[in-house]
Amino acid sequence: MKILVPVKRVIDYNVKIRVNSEGTAVEKNNVKMSMNPFDEIAVEEAVRMKESGLAEEVIIASIGDKGSQETIRTAFAMGGDRGIHIVNELNTEPLAVAKILKNIVEKESADLVIMGKQAIDDDSNQTGQMLAALLSWPQATFASKLELNDNDLKVIREIDGGLETLNVKLPCIVTTDLRLNEPRYASLPNIMKAKKKEIIEIPIAETGVDFTSRLEVLKVEEPAARSGGRKVEDVDELIDVLKNEAGVI
Amino acid sequence: MSILVIAESNGTEVDRGTLSAITAAKKIGNEINLLILEETEEVINKAQKIKGVSKIFTASGDLEGGLAENIAPLILECAKDASHVFSSAGTFGKNIMPRVSALNDSQQISDICEIVDSDTFVRPIYAGNALETVKSSDKVKFITVRSTAFEAANDEEGNAEIVTGPVAGTNGKSSFVRRDLSESDRPELTAAKIVVSGGRGIGSADNFSILDPLADKLGAAVGASRAAVDAGYVPNDYQVGQTGKVVAPELYIAIGISGAIQHLAGMKDSKTIVAINKDEDAPIFQIADYGLVGDLFEIIPELSDKIK
Repeated sequence: MKILVPVKRVIDYNVKIRVNSEGTAVEKNNVKMSMNPFDEIAVEEAVRMKESGLAEEVIIASIGDKGSQETIRTAFAMGGDRGIHIVNELNTEPLAVAKILKNIVEKESADLVIMGKQAIDDDSNQTGQMLAALLSWPQATFASKLELNDNDLKVIREIDGGLETLNVKLPCIVTTDLRLNEPRYASLPNIMKAKKKEIIEIPIAETGVDFTSRLEVLKVEEPAARSGGRKVEDVDELIDVLKNEAGVI
Repeated sequence: MSILVIAESNGTEVDRGTLSAITAAKKIGNEINLLILEETEEVINKAQKIKGVSKIFTASGDLEGGLAENIAPLILECAKDASHVFSSAGTFGKNIMPRVSALNDSQQISDICEIVDSDTFVRPIYAGNALETVKSSDKVKFITVRSTAFEAANDEEGNAEIVTGPVAGTNGKSSFVRRDLSESDRPELTAAKIVVSGGRGIGSADNFSILDPLADKLGAAVGASRAAVDAGYVPNDYQVGQTGKVVAPELYIAIGISGAIQHLAGMKDSKTIVAINKDEDAPIFQIADYGLVGDLFEIIPELSDKIK
């Protein structure tokens, strides 16, 4: 079985983002970038499947600028086998990403795609479901547990207010939620090995996919800042202000 | 042209998220139709009274578990003359809407918090640390709505017409097994009016129960910071933050939470924020409306005790 894991390079989750002075985008220059945390979980799950003999190969794909190769190598250091980098200096919308991934899935004959449920930059939470639609594959989103028996995948998913269990047949799409696993730290020997693994580079224009944006970004702004509050002296004062000033209890 | 809103219910009430999506749809001004899946007479009767809804499509066939594979074609069937398709941005809408949107070759717009005009929407990115205004060039717009951003539609004066809708097929590739909803008497984190959250300052998994009496008194949901989750105090589904749940309750009480960026991203839209921390320089105090510096192990029991 071949597993495809798409990964996205995003601003590190610990960075306080800033909107650029033109108000057109979030500033990415000189900002620490890393793999989308949900994608790390996806890589981890795929590598574990390979380690337990359920999969033969873990293919890593990323769509983005040159820096994406570093993100692919991070996935290699965790255990990914080889990489595909679709080069686009500009932002690619989820629908176009799904179309490109569909081509990769078909070309590579992947049996399973495990991917993050959402990227923490645009927060769209769309690509996995869109890819499933385009391939006419079943989807198991927001997964917190996977159990593979032959061609049947039992998936526990996180839904509002609890959990849901589904059975999906391979080939299928799984999107990861936080509880699925805890991604490993790459060891130094594995980081060294990752440097030698192969990445195929394909310019987005050569994918044959229409990647024109459907959404025009008119502006990006910072939300209204919270006005700083004040300290209260004790529990009695706290209860008093919550009751009589804020009116929330 | 019309707007189709995908309704969710618990079998007796139309979900709050759906009522917010209807309010959002009204701002566009087209006729609003509702698709009710897994309907009951009670829900249909209540939905009929929602002001501003023209038609209610009922559905039949294989609707068990609301599988995206079965329901996506059915939604498109009901959306034939629609300019927009709306749902709430809960896990149901997040799961199903992109599938529907891709089948229609449209780029979905997720989690909108404001409608500028019928093509232009504002949505949070970076967990709400920035707001993006986007204009869609797609013919049909598929949209999920952040329910905390729109009031619930009033449900008194409407008189919608009931239309028998399409029949869902069985796809043969996925099947629903079961749903295990939390038995807790506490409200769900993202829907709660009050959230009490603990951080690393709580110190251990055992200590975390110190929040229970307070949460019980306030009818609050219990959350946690990523630091508390990573330390193993509570399971991951408690996590409030950029990589966890985004909440915007009326009152958020952060206890023993220093206020890392990743946490603030998940709760800073709360109406009133209270921070309780022994470190008076903790960053959480910079965004809290009310801060109380001190030992949480003394403050929390006292607070639980004194709240009536």
